[in-house]
Amino acid sequence: MSEANAIEARGLVKRYGEKLALGGFDLDVPRGSVCALLGPNGAGKTTAVRLLTTLTAPDAGTARVAGADIRTDALGVRRAIGLAAQDATVDELLTGRENLAMIGELHQLGRRRARTRADELLERFSLADTGRKLVKDYSGGMRRRLDLAATLVAEPEVLFLDEPTTGLDPRARNELWEVLDRLVSEGATVLLTTQYLEEADRLADDIVVVDHGREIARGDASSLKRDVGGDQLHVICAREDDLPEAAALLERATGASASVDRSARSAAAPTAGGAATVAAFAGELAARGIAVEDLGLRQPTLDDVFLTLTGLPPEDAAVLADARRPEEALR
Amino acid sequence: MTDVPAPASARPRRLIGNDTWVIARRGLLHMRRQPEALTDATIQPIMFVLLFAFVFGGAIAAPGGGSYKEFLMGGIFAQTIVFGAFGVALALANDRTNGAIDRFNSLPIARSTVLGGHAVASLLKSLLPIVLMSITGLIIGWRIHAGPAQALAAYALMIGFSFAMIWVGVLLGSLVSTPEAVQGIGFVVIFPLTFIASTFVPAHTLPEPLRTFAQWNPVSTLSASLRHLFGNPGGTLPPAGPWPSQHPIAYTLVWMAAIVLLCAPLAVRAYQRTIST
Repeated sequence: MSEANAIEARGLVKRYGEKLALGGFDLDVPRGSVCALLGPNGAGKTTAVRLLTTLTAPDAGTARVAGADIRTDALGVRRAIGLAAQDATVDELLTGRENLAMIGELHQLGRRRARTRADELLERFSLADTGRKLVKDYSGGMRRRLDLAATLVAEPEVLFLDEPTTGLDPRARNELWEVLDRLVSEGATVLLTTQYLEEADRLADDIVVVDHGREIARGDASSLKRDVGGDQLHVICAREDDLPEAAALLERATGASASVDRSARSAAAPTAGGAATVAAFAGELAARGIAVEDLGLRQPTLDDVFLTLTGLPPEDAAVLADARRPEEALR
Repeated sequence: MTDVPAPASARPRRLIGNDTWVIARRGLLHMRRQPEALTDATIQPIMFVLLFAFVFGGAIAAPGGGSYKEFLMGGIFAQTIVFGAFGVALALANDRTNGAIDRFNSLPIARSTVLGGHAVASLLKSLLPIVLMSITGLIIGWRIHAGPAQALAAYALMIGFSFAMIWVGVLLGSLVSTPEAVQGIGFVVIFPLTFIASTFVPAHTLPEPLRTFAQWNPVSTLSASLRHLFGNPGGTLPPAGPWPSQHPIAYTLVWMAAIVLLCAPLAVRAYQRTIST
């Protein structure tokens, strides 16, 4: 075990009956870094988190979290981690403050210290006003923030966040990202799972793309995007007649061949030129009087990543994976 | 993270009992804040006492010519205690469906803590209906005709049987995956069990084979034990008849012990299996 790694997993295997949820999974997460497991539903992300947080035991392989072995020292692992599971498992019938204080007491903080700690965290997560209300009256975003606060009660060395923003509206998601940004800048080690490349890009140093229980790619966001082809410059014409000319201009501006969708009146081409290319292209369009409905740079999405890496769009990959993971359907 | 208290691992481990009490407190708060659960524990037993006493009271004769209201109380106590299994089963099933169990299992606490906390909370919760029914009974004319020692023994028997039923509830809550399923099974299995007994009518008025079933049903002997200890009608031990009717207290204690010895280990194992997948 290298001291530099907060999480170190080797060859983790987990089967549920006949189904292989994780098939030989390796992971290194350096201390103070943020790693994102990126993949569709049923790819094995949650299984990896459940194994690393000792909620379930691996069928093969080994891992150390904060120096503690997940198979032989579960208590040591649990003392060092905070887990925010997929559906914000805060207690609806308790107040926000009671939730945090209870977890503090179960972390052996003592009753008084647990309450002080609860108040600190409520303050920090902008929940001070609602701390004495029952959680069942919280919004989705407030629940997630409380859930995140709950993972921090005992100052864990390693945080596990399983799809922290799934189900949130864009505003609540942005708020949560800001909270996570702050945590990360304070030096927390975080393993998060997500279905959104944008989220992984925004929060993580390293991204591990997972599919069918295996790692299929690894790298930082820019290297993954390079694999996928980088940003796309796209245009939607107001009139279909202009589309061929617009596509020709697009190819000249980007120096790459454009894909044209006639029914959507759109054309797109990869570019590394950024804003300058967009400006030049926009100038050309304006000079020829081509009316445009939409124009801009589009980041590659998880769809693009999966299309490139597996040759399957993620929906198909997810359907396949769901068929292999019946226990996910039961949840 | 800057505002760091000493890490949890550096603190002395406290007794498992403290953690258990933290979880138990949560269970008690849940009851207070869940109107349905509170109704089950308060209004329902009071309603049963009043309904049976005044609706059936005129039509059913207590054995030995005593007051039916006084006969009724032992049965109502027994039924409510058996129903207590629902509460813990529902609480466990809820915890599993909403992910609370996962949260607890990622904390540095002993595996037995969550189950222990539920058990302690359930036992405390079972006291509330017993107290309320006693008061309702006293208001409508039920009296304890025996000495304080026997009355205490009756209440101790109720608490003991409540404890045994908790393990039936844990087993049910571990084997069945949803709160709805718990209610379904409870209604189909536990509800009839409390009626094919001497809960509301003397067992000898039932047709065969229900009569034999009722005579060997521990719900009957629990009812009879309470009637006997409180000195209520129906509490006179018959000189003849099946062994359980003649020795209701001993028979009830055997069942209590058997339920705990059998259900508790099975329940713990079933629970551990359900949480570890």
